[in-house]
Amino acid sequence: MSEIADKVKKIVVEHLGVDESKVTPDASFIDDLGADSLDTVELVMAFEEAFSVEIPEDAAEKITTVKDAIDYIEKQKAA
Amino acid sequence: MQSTGSMSGQRRVVVTGMGMVSPLGLGVERNWSRIVAGENGFGRISSFDASDLPAQVAGEVPAGPTESGGLTLSDWVPVKDQKKMDRFIHLGLVAATEAVEDSGWKPESEEDRCRTGVMIGAGIGGLQTIYEASVTVKEGRARRLSPFFIPSALINLVSGHVSIKYGFKGPNHSVVTACATGVHAIGDAARMIMLGDADVMVAGGAEAAVCPLGIAGFCSAKALSTHFNDTPEKASRPWDRDRDGFVMGEGAGIVVLEEYEHAKARGAKIYAEVIGYGMSGDAHHITAPAAGHEGAFRAMQNAVRSAGLTTADIQYVNAHGTSTMADDLELDAVERLFGDDARKLAMSSTKSATGHLLGAAGAVEAIYSILAIRDNVAPPTLNLDNPSRESVIDRVAHTAQERKIDTILSNSFGFGGTNASIILRGV
Repeated sequence: MSEIADKVKKIVVEHLGVDESKVTPDASFIDDLGADSLDTVELVMAFEEAFSVEIPEDAAEKITTVKDAIDYIEKQKAA
Repeated sequence: MQSTGSMSGQRRVVVTGMGMVSPLGLGVERNWSRIVAGENGFGRISSFDASDLPAQVAGEVPAGPTESGGLTLSDWVPVKDQKKMDRFIHLGLVAATEAVEDSGWKPESEEDRCRTGVMIGAGIGGLQTIYEASVTVKEGRARRLSPFFIPSALINLVSGHVSIKYGFKGPNHSVVTACATGVHAIGDAARMIMLGDADVMVAGGAEAAVCPLGIAGFCSAKALSTHFNDTPEKASRPWDRDRDGFVMGEGAGIVVLEEYEHAKARGAKIYAEVIGYGMSGDAHHITAPAAGHEGAFRAMQNAVRSAGLTTADIQYVNAHGTSTMADDLELDAVERLFGDDARKLAMSSTKSATGHLLGAAGAVEAIYSILAIRDNVAPPTLNLDNPSRESVIDRVAHTAQERKIDTILSNSFGFGGTNASIILRGV
């Protein structure tokens, strides 16, 4: 697993208080990990802070799974 | 609340559950045994560096294992939810959990849930949360403000969280009347039950203002004790000639109020009945009471009238008694109201042991008063070494007294000139 994926997973575990084993790539923040809409706003902020990236609102809305987050951040970092 | 005349057919309201967290620790029974033993919950402020402030003493809720009366937050609020709430909400949830469990009320049907409401207030609310968010904005990081900032700071969110936790779908309300909040919450919630809006109400107050803004703000208003920083246990000394301001405390007091027949039908234990409630406004000054505390006099008078009692029926008064100059004004008002009955009266200020819990004070003190009825014990006023003036009223200096107590009156007064008095009686 990439360094970014590792870090994303850690942030998700910390913010949503879920077991690490549940944070699979396909896990949906809301449907699988018990987040509500405010939790997802906070998660995106945490990603922005941790990776020093800007995630605009329309992009943030599309980040619904762990994999979405990893892909978006990897793309930003590669650019 | 009128037990006489045309209102005699009205719904009666009793207390069937109690919960508390204060500088004396977690739990109603622990608090009461420490109060009766003359212990106090004061120390130098530990939650932040107060060394540059004139007041450096407070009553903080002790951290520690739950079983020894300390606060271990994860035993009460899931870790992932803790950051979504200011500390006053944490403390409110701790006390509400104890109160609801103590009552044994677990509504199973939708109808019962809709007949159960919540009315928990605070004087100030999420002050530390507001402070931290302000710093974030000041640093140019407004976009980094937590989405939980607003719901963490809002005063009515204790009521909100309690309703969500237990599925209580009745009236969801919150009182904000500074240091009178706790009494107003219980009195207003009792009236909601009397008027038929609900059968059960979880009511009280929560506060956590021992933070830089809270202490510095009350320091600027010249309201806090500043001469006892090296002897914190002596700082809160209601009616004593050397008193020099109140000591801030934090915590929460919550009661479960219930319509009497409803409580009886389910075999609930009944601690006391809410038989009187009175309110008034000073219309005088934002922080200082009027001469003779005439606003307090009228609040107490209204409470006695609403109970259909005379002052001869009341054996104990839990005073607002904050350890400020206003203590003697309250004493004036109580003496004037009670007249000759004052000679038989016991009156004490438990703030001498807990400090002033602001919006939680009235609810915490109502609970102490209910236990005074249960055990026939008047709790002491600590540090009352040299009263600034004499009185025929026994102010229970230093040590608790065994006394026959079946009816009590408890006072709470707030900035803005708001006064509330409540009368409770054993059932």
